[in-house]
Amino acid sequence: MFEVETQIESTNAISPLVPAIEFRDVELAFDDRVILDKISFTIRRGETKIVLGGSGSGKSTIIKLVLGLLRPDAGTILVDGEDITQCDEQELTEIRKKIGMVFQEGALFDSLSVYDNVAYRLAEEGIDEDEIEHEVVRMLRFVDLEDAIDKMPIELSGGMRRRVGIARALVGSPPIVLFDEPTAGLDPPTARTICELAIKLRDLEGVSSIFVTHEMNNLKYLSSEYAIVDSEGRVHFEEEGDKLCLINTKVMMIKQGAIIFDGTDEELQLTGDPYIHRFIKGR
Amino acid sequence: MNPFSRFLVELQDITLLFWRMLRGLRKQPRYFDEMIRQMDSIGVGSLAIVSLTGFFTGCVLILQAYPTLEYYGAQSSAGQSVAITLIRELGPVLCALMVAGRVGSAISAELGSMVVSQQIDAMRALGTSPARKLVTPRVVALVVTLPLLTVAADIFGLIGGGIIARYLYALDANSYITSLRTGITIQDILGGIVKPIVFGFIIGLISCHKGLTTQGGTVGVGRSTTDAVVLSSITVIIADFFLSKVLQGFFSSTLF
Repeated sequence: MFEVETQIESTNAISPLVPAIEFRDVELAFDDRVILDKISFTIRRGETKIVLGGSGSGKSTIIKLVLGLLRPDAGTILVDGEDITQCDEQELTEIRKKIGMVFQEGALFDSLSVYDNVAYRLAEEGIDEDEIEHEVVRMLRFVDLEDAIDKMPIELSGGMRRRVGIARALVGSPPIVLFDEPTAGLDPPTARTICELAIKLRDLEGVSSIFVTHEMNNLKYLSSEYAIVDSEGRVHFEEEGDKLCLINTKVMMIKQGAIIFDGTDEELQLTGDPYIHRFIKGR
Repeated sequence: MNPFSRFLVELQDITLLFWRMLRGLRKQPRYFDEMIRQMDSIGVGSLAIVSLTGFFTGCVLILQAYPTLEYYGAQSSAGQSVAITLIRELGPVLCALMVAGRVGSAISAELGSMVVSQQIDAMRALGTSPARKLVTPRVVALVVTLPLLTVAADIFGLIGGGIIARYLYALDANSYITSLRTGITIQDILGGIVKPIVFGFIIGLISCHKGLTTQGGTVGVGRSTTDAVVLSSITVIIADFFLSKVLQGFFSSTLF
């Protein structure tokens, strides 16, 4: 369990009616290989979309498109109601300030310490050093890694690198966070910790997110548990039961660049599609 | 894609990178600290190998040239022959080739590793232009330090030539120095400084481009590193020919 001592304030207020992310008939191909084939979906404010799919199905490509790291061949991508497919690099930089990105292996800058990695975005913006230090400590406390502040990335374990990556992504309190297979290759308890951080962001901070994964444990945690804060400020994770059903988490499955499922986890379990059945059962 | 189309695409990418690099110089932040760090790494770090290269090149030049000069009774021109060859051609080219091998490979490997470990994507996601943050400081550092390294290589080459002339061929030191001073013209010196500035651009842009376009994991890093060194070296040698021609025409028509 983590102790939340501070509240992340969203500096980039989005109208609650405007979807955080919207894809409309997005197409992408590299040479003759189709990566995404007329993908359309919406992520509402405060919603988490778990994107499932096998390797090479186009899951991570969706995240790169949201960030503007790739441009679609056709279709429209709206982030906070703004069409990013028409934006130049300068405008994309402004949009990226609303988005935090957690990379698969953390993607920490090897030459910078944990402090400098987490402080990177603020340092680039020329923020006052005292303010940066305060924010970095706050974020490292959020991911329970305050003690690692002076370490270099090479000294960290895989799980710690991911958590530093999460802290770095959360600096500046972005209202949208993208997770690109953040638990891949981690032991189950560490993977669970990463999922808990995502749940905390969703339930306590109202962050909209895309959580790309192919691990069913992640789906189970994110779609069936929620975070609450007790009177002493401690965070607890509880499972949804008969009385409560989480509506802020949806599941989408991609196969060969096309969406083959978009709905709740309960609907996913009931689907008759043999590929989905094999994917979630593992046989 | 056929080789010609691939060449055009590469040329286009390098030109775009050059343009972004120039824009990086104009806009804030300018990363002066990073430029100084790169100058230290590239300039100071390469001084030893460049000096050694220059010294022994000067030695071998006099070793090869002196018997011929002696045959024609022109021993007193020994200093001039070393100076002109070194300052006009061998100094800038050999220095550029050494730096391409040492620094070009390092730049390409570093940026390539950053690509495969998604650090470049992370940088863009955090709102920083990799061209401005990584390419501009490295190219500027190369453009500033390569002429200085070339001057160092030239000086060590002339000293090396002098030592061999004095102790192996018993040429009078004053005769060597006088020959040097009368043999070198301002065109030679200017040409010897203009060339490494262009070579610095070439090595920096090609190495950064190869690093940033790395594909295929760690194998790709090795491939782009090799490509960076090979392409930089070949381009330097080709550019040297055209630069020599242009400088020849420029100096003969304008300055003197």
